[in-house]
Amino acid sequence: MGSPFGRGVAEGLPFVVIMVPFGALFGVLGVEAGLPLAQVMGFSVLVIAGASQFTAVQLMTDGVPAAIVVLSALAVNLRMVMYSASIVPHLGSAPLWQRALVSYMLVDQTYALAVQTYEGRPAWTVADKIAYFAGVSLPVFPSWVGATWMGAVLGARVPAGWQLDFALPLAFLALVGPMLKTRAHVIAALVSAVAALAFAWVPWNLGLIVAAVLAMLAGAEVERRA
Amino acid sequence: MTDTPVWLIIASLGALTYLTRFVFLGLVGDRPLPPWLLRHLRYTGVAILPGLVAPLVVWPAAAGGETDLPRLVAAAVALGVGAWRKDVIQAVIAGGLTLGLLGWLVNG
Repeated sequence: MGSPFGRGVAEGLPFVVIMVPFGALFGVLGVEAGLPLAQVMGFSVLVIAGASQFTAVQLMTDGVPAAIVVLSALAVNLRMVMYSASIVPHLGSAPLWQRALVSYMLVDQTYALAVQTYEGRPAWTVADKIAYFAGVSLPVFPSWVGATWMGAVLGARVPAGWQLDFALPLAFLALVGPMLKTRAHVIAALVSAVAALAFAWVPWNLGLIVAAVLAMLAGAEVERRA
Repeated sequence: MTDTPVWLIIASLGALTYLTRFVFLGLVGDRPLPPWLLRHLRYTGVAILPGLVAPLVVWPAAAGGETDLPRLVAAAVALGVGAWRKDVIQAVIAGGLTLGLLGWLVNG
């Protein structure tokens, strides 16, 4: 628990509760869409981005051309570009192979936990930060892949009354709460939520990207004036 | 659906998604980024996650896309407890318990 790695494992562990229902749901839907087990697993291992996987399978079921499927699902993942840029100040000086592995595991949960922890621990070396990231990924990634497999093989067995659909929004909101450190952060979060609702009509989920850019501009501007 | 295009979709989506994650971290490395860019990037988390969940909270698919009071309150509790306690785990538990309790009160 004392080492950055142990701390990462401990703080990543609760996210198993979110990854399992979400991953299982993808497994169930993938099989229902007619995909063989290997392809369902292929999505979760090679893409590792839940929302875009759901988008891709949905569009494939609708018979959309392959190129459009890939581009639409990719648009859902454009936020990862911003994660990648925002983590550079913390991990940029790590060896390339470590950065390549971190890139593979850079999802919403690992990103949010890592950056939040790094900002609170300025004394950590790059090696400490990498160890923490590895620790967080250790429970998060296998539970995503394992749950996909369970969902694909076992099918839907979760009682409907559990409202597990809401595990993901709750988890993301719980991640946002501790990030609201300054007025600039609060304003950025507000702009993000309001703009995402206002631009929800934009196709290919690009409304989220518009909202994110507006929110970053708002946060940076409030900080500059402070 | 034939097999080949599906694998082609999986492989290209996987490769392109990896590229979105690698593009800055892998290619920029430890070259310093300009201060104005860093000032914007500091808000990445709060700029994306609220926008990602806002439609899910306000128009939850499980409630047929209709605004659902228990989910709205549970979301506010998770956010509030997270901001107050600075602890993700407590926030998730508080939000989950709120949703369970309100769902039970409303739907029996």
